[in-house]
Amino acid sequence: MDPISLSALQHWKYCPRQCGLIHLEQAFDDNLHTLRGQAEHARVDQPSVQSTKGVRVERALPLWHDTLGLIGKSDVIEFLPDGTPYPVEYKHGSRHKAPAIAACDDLQLAAQALCLETMTSRAVPEGALYYASSRRRRVVPITADLRKDVADTAQAVRQMLASGVLPSPLVGDQAAQRCKGCSLQERCQPQATPLLLAAARRSLFDPEA
Amino acid sequence: MQLLNTLYVTLPDAWLRLDNDTLRIEVERETRLRVPLHHLTAVVCFGHVGLSAPLMHRLADEGIALVLLDANGRFKARLEGAVSGNVLLRQAQFARGADAAYVLDMARSFVAGKIKNTRQVLQRGAREAKSADEAAVLIRRADDLAASLRVLPEATTLDTVRGVEGEAARQYFSGLPLLVRPDQREHFAMDGRTRRPPRDRFNALLSFLYAMWMNDCRSALEAAGLDPQVGFLHALRPGRAALALDVMEEFRPWADRLALTLINRGQVQADDFDLREGSVSLQGDARKSVVTAYQERKKDEITHPLLAQSLPLGLVPLVQARLLARALRDDAMPYLPFVPR
Ligand code: SF4
Repeated sequence: MDPISLSALQHWKYCPRQCGLIHLEQAFDDNLHTLRGQAEHARVDQPSVQSTKGVRVERALPLWHDTLGLIGKSDVIEFLPDGTPYPVEYKHGSRHKAPAIAACDDLQLAAQALCLETMTSRAVPEGALYYASSRRRRVVPITADLRKDVADTAQAVRQMLASGVLPSPLVGDQAAQRCKGCSLQERCQPQATPLLLAAARRSLFDPEA
Repeated sequence: MQLLNTLYVTLPDAWLRLDNDTLRIEVERETRLRVPLHHLTAVVCFGHVGLSAPLMHRLADEGIALVLLDANGRFKARLEGAVSGNVLLRQAQFARGADAAYVLDMARSFVAGKIKNTRQVLQRGAREAKSADEAAVLIRRADDLAASLRVLPEATTLDTVRGVEGEAARQYFSGLPLLVRPDQREHFAMDGRTRRPPRDRFNALLSFLYAMWMNDCRSALEAAGLDPQVGFLHALRPGRAALALDVMEEFRPWADRLALTLINRGQVQADDFDLREGSVSLQGDARKSVVTAYQERKKDEITHPLLAQSLPLGLVPLVQARLLARALRDDAMPYLPFVPR
């Protein structure tokens, strides 16, 4: 089983097509969002160990989960004095996101928690998302629902990768809400909807159209 | 989207080398220009230009395209790094290429785009014509093109589609010389389209501009992950970039318009050409000014009707290549040529 990157789960939840473009087709177009994200990550990507008040901090720790077939890297894992791992994922932007979009971040964090559980044989009941522009943490309990969502999403991504079929663009409200902030918009062309293309095609052979 | 930052090197005997993070152009060991690599998405060399292996390695690493053209702008070679193309997309492209009905449909699309755009050139010419007689001729030619467009859906074989295309091209090129400024018509007389070799000045200028557009279409297809050799309208032949030729069809009228502008504004003149035994080619200095004019034209903002978005003309081949990639992968997606309103 080829391991799936942890970020693929988040991409899939945001938009299956985005996930397909990045993880199936290996496309990546930088835009402001991803560039900001990289600047943020440049800081957390250096492996290092720090310790404050009995909390050991690991940055850029490799993560994996053999049964779910996941692989990735953490931003920050805090090991509490009793040894419990506490994942903290850094996000650019503010913590005031639409709930459906925040849920994508939660999913990625939960996937990290599941990896840490199998790696350390310790329960990981909680983690946090750190939002750079509001400089606030949002605590996320790793619930049973989230755990199931990780497994389901991993399976959906795996199916898509195995089929080799790129998912269709988002439509309607989802497109209105998400495509604007998507770095792959120019490659994806969600504005040219099948309906629009079909109409344009019908008038292609009409000289006056 | 950013316009591709292409460095065109037209200086004969230039030597290109890597100098830290810049590309340095030397002529006879004298530095003429330094360009930071991060400014570049492509380097295009015309004719006799040399370059160092370390520079080639670096261009490959950075994903900067290196394209070699001959002095007349015709494609010679392209350097590609380790990651190139999209094998899944190519697989879909090959499958489509083996499907006769699909090939026919695509061929009709490319030809329809070309006919619509050429028709616009003649219609505009008719509106701006100084004499009523000439306007009438141009309108008649535009009507002929409308008739060709209308029969396309009924063309049930590739040969018929190609026949319609050939006939439309003849109609169009019989009207085009009327768009040349009267006092230049003698120098830029044109007897239809002659390719290899071009046998009049107008054709020589067109060939040069087509070669550059063609190269941009080819690069756009490669950037979108497609195989430029597997086309639909143009027959497959080793060494021929059939798909690039297909996509190029809808852009030919843009090259024609630019050629007319250059002639009518006197930016290209009769003595800018070498005439040898009936074959005609553009001189070195004139080539440089045509390249500059082409680069300027690519910056013109236009509205793409399908994306409802304003973008520089130079990016349209990339947008079209991506639309094409979608059409090839997705059953519900027809390919739509670029036909501005
Ligand atoms: S532009 Fe919209 S549909 Fe396309 S990948 Fe991004 S989010 Fe998905």
